[in-house]
Amino acid sequence: MASEQVITRAATARTGWGAKLRNVEPIMALWIALALALAFLVAFPLVKLMIASFETRDGAFTLNNYATAYGRARYLEALFNSLKLGALSATIATVIAVPMAWAVSRTDMPGKGFCWAMVMAAFVLPPYLGAIGWILLAGPNSGFLNILWRALTGAEDPLVNIYTFSGLATVIALHSFPLVFLFVKSALDLISSEMEDAANILGAGTIATMRRVTLPLAGPAILGGFIIVFLETIALFGTPAIIGIPARINVVTTQLWQFFEHPVRMEVAAAYAMPLLLITVAMIGAQKLLLARKGFVSQTGKGGERREIKLGAWRWVMFAWCGGVGLFAVFLPVMVLIQASFAKAWGRGLSLDNFTLRNYRLLLFEHDMALTSVWNTIWFSAAAATIALIIALLVAYMVVRKLSRFADALGFLAMAPFVIPGIIMAIGFYAAYASPPFAMYGTAALIILAFAARFLPIAYANANAAMRAVHPEMEEAVRILGGGRMTAIRFVTAPLVKRALLGGWLIVFIVATRELSAAVFLVGPRTRTMSVLLYDLSEAGNFEVLAAFGGILLVITMVFVAVGMKLAGRDFMLRRS
Amino acid sequence: MSRLILSNLTKRYGAITVVDGVDLALEEGEFVSLLGPSGCGKTTTLRMIAGFVPPDGGSIALDGKTISAPDSVLPPERRGMSMIFQSYAIWPNMTVEENVGFGLKLRNLPSAEIRTRTLEMLDTVQMAHLARRYPAELSGGQQQRVALARAIVIKPAVLLLDEPLSNLDANLREEMRFEIRRLHNAFRITTVYVTHDQAEAMATSDRIAVMNAGRVEQIDAPHLLYARPRTRFVAGFIGRTNLIEGTVANATFAADGFSLPASAMAGQALPPGPTLVSLRPQSIALHRDVPDAPNGHPVMQGTILERTYLGESWDYVVSPAESALRLRVAGPPLDVHDVGSAVWLALDPAQLAVVQ
Ligand SMILES: Nc1ncnc2c1ncn2[C@@H]1O[C@H](COP(=O)(O)OP(=O)(O)OP(=O)(O)O)[C@@H](O)[C@H]1O
Ligand SMILES: [Mg+2]
Repeated sequence: MASEQVITRAATARTGWGAKLRNVEPIMALWIALALALAFLVAFPLVKLMIASFETRDGAFTLNNYATAYGRARYLEALFNSLKLGALSATIATVIAVPMAWAVSRTDMPGKGFCWAMVMAAFVLPPYLGAIGWILLAGPNSGFLNILWRALTGAEDPLVNIYTFSGLATVIALHSFPLVFLFVKSALDLISSEMEDAANILGAGTIATMRRVTLPLAGPAILGGFIIVFLETIALFGTPAIIGIPARINVVTTQLWQFFEHPVRMEVAAAYAMPLLLITVAMIGAQKLLLARKGFVSQTGKGGERREIKLGAWRWVMFAWCGGVGLFAVFLPVMVLIQASFAKAWGRGLSLDNFTLRNYRLLLFEHDMALTSVWNTIWFSAAAATIALIIALLVAYMVVRKLSRFADALGFLAMAPFVIPGIIMAIGFYAAYASPPFAMYGTAALIILAFAARFLPIAYANANAAMRAVHPEMEEAVRILGGGRMTAIRFVTAPLVKRALLGGWLIVFIVATRELSAAVFLVGPRTRTMSVLLYDLSEAGNFEVLAAFGGILLVITMVFVAVGMKLAGRDFMLRRS
Repeated sequence: MSRLILSNLTKRYGAITVVDGVDLALEEGEFVSLLGPSGCGKTTTLRMIAGFVPPDGGSIALDGKTISAPDSVLPPERRGMSMIFQSYAIWPNMTVEENVGFGLKLRNLPSAEIRTRTLEMLDTVQMAHLARRYPAELSGGQQQRVALARAIVIKPAVLLLDEPLSNLDANLREEMRFEIRRLHNAFRITTVYVTHDQAEAMATSDRIAVMNAGRVEQIDAPHLLYARPRTRFVAGFIGRTNLIEGTVANATFAADGFSLPASAMAGQALPPGPTLVSLRPQSIALHRDVPDAPNGHPVMQGTILERTYLGESWDYVVSPAESALRLRVAGPPLDVHDVGSAVWLALDPAQLAVVQ
């Protein structure tokens, strides 16, 4: 059997290199290939972005970009607006989500399943669709809520105006509160009833217990959720562009967009993007420290018995709260969108003579970009998800199996885009690859790679978890029986991680289909995605066609979410986000 | 010639030497256990034999060919060995039959032969009726049988087992112990068995290598290990014992409270000077009155200090008169002595073991 090889081995052992090379698995080659891929996807765009911020068009060193970027009051105001918007949205999202999380996790509130479904729906709904829905609902003149208000009260002034700072913040919060909900609910799930009982015995009532014991224990999770929403908000492009620009509210992301209007001032944009990047890195670092602090919830998880708190009549109040959030976050915006998409003029409301299929017909059969953009979206997202998952899988394999001493460096790079706002990633890709020698501006390849890079952390987190679940002895059992590493991967590892990876692929795919901020900077006329086309339509102001296109996007998203739920389990989108 | 030889095998992790110059030779068809406390390097040694861990020093030879040395390690898949893992590592995506047949499939055997050999093997481990089940539908003991079948069916050059029974409950553990020995008697595969359970090692092995802190302290047949421990560690680790310090002078061993002629200690070398001996609780007889002990068997009077009933025997702690010793003595269940009562002790010198 193996004896001949052993002899050759022993013979070459003395000459050194021959034997060593043959015994080294081709791991080093794989490491180098992955390192190059990650350098291309993650490191180079970032480095290029930093360099570009210090360069003139001709490549000479300069600080002028920074002087320009921070030299005008309007630009500085946009920076402060972003921070204010982030804080306000995060506050509203926290106020919305914490009672919901508490009610679902700890109490006997009815309709918990409905509540979950609603959170999931708010999470899946692309934020810019929610924004358009709210324009139709709460536009100051012809928004449905305002018309209804005037009809009921005879008042002159609108009830709500979406084109305001608080309106913008509320719309963002209604889309991002699920993040706080998930954080806080999983923390509350770990607090045992005994800890609350202990307070009760000492004489504290339900409310006091909640305030003095439960909430402080969930504190780090609440703060963590707050920070995530804050960061999401300051990096968000779609909603501020759709609502903020008409309302003359300028924020960092919309200002970055304006730097890309002709003439493109990419260097200034690079300089202007730095605070966003630094704030994100710093706050995610702070959040990690916060959640890693010992002595909080994580310690108390095991064993403690959990009982539902009896709310009595208050359970209907909590239910109404959750229902209200569902109404405003999902039901109303989607309803008006659907109504508008079938309307000749959306302001005329529900009536038979207002009904038409013209909007859909226009998009599906006459519009020159609509179907192309659908197709673009699907195949860009599929390609990006595949690339991201393949890289993530190989990196996770090396990291989890400790195949190389330097594997962790790859894992770090694969997670790095997590702290880079999508819009900055896009500008980095623009800086690195738009102009010669790469000259990839507007190509499908550039968009796909940018998507792959942007969502690499999601793919990596999934792949890493999947890999960890396969005990290394599963592979070793193959090897000792005579199979090589590749055989082990093919017959054992791959079948075992298949399902989890499918879930990961679908998540990347779904978030990629709705990605706007990374796409809007990189698309060319023929490579526009649905989200970009939707944004272009919103600038044109034809809300009926816009709504119809939103409806198409919604249907496509729903189909894929349904497929994902079927294949990878009900909560596959929410499992780790 | 020995089948598997480890010479001066060494493994370091950072500054810690976890396997420290291990020498071990297995004969064809022999069953040897590596026994030792947690963290003493058993698994590391086994994984070096399997080829998963490269050694930092020394070598491993199989049938005279070096398969592991610091600069060259034959990968596991080319060693023709089998291993049973602590986690069983039964592949959940394959049925019982596919699991067992996999090693044969890797050898590119015709599928008809794979099938017959697999079913035969499953029959041997009494699992034939569950051939089509998936591992998730099996109990722990049944999974263990699948792991055994999967490892043995390929007729490996060496079979390696890493604490295969540690996840089973006590009764099943005892049953599987005998199952493993039965399969070994049937197939005579050269076997290295890692465990920290001495009863398990005793029941299964031809020889046991007792490991401590990366070194092999003693290799012997189970009964010799018990009767003739050669080091303080082995004497204390295998069973319970009394370690007694004394001195050898003028061909006499003298301890605190008794002495005996060196010649009474069957064939063990007793160089003059300080000496440590191990005396098992079972080698001391308890009597109510002065016993009629054979010539050369020391007799002492003493008092019972403590007693514990262990189920199979009493465990007494006796303090001999005119001695500071505290001796553990085993007594049969109906031989009851109250704490404080006076007893007589008779020592059997042939059962004394000189330890280092
Ligand atoms: N990959 C590793 N890196 C660093 N140290 C290790 C590694 N593997 C094992 N060790 C250390 O080597 C020592 C011996 O480990 P080993 O697993 O061989 O012990 P063991 O005898 O099998 O113990 P147990 O009975 O608990 O399984 C331990 O102290 C362990 O911490
Ligand atoms: Mg071990």
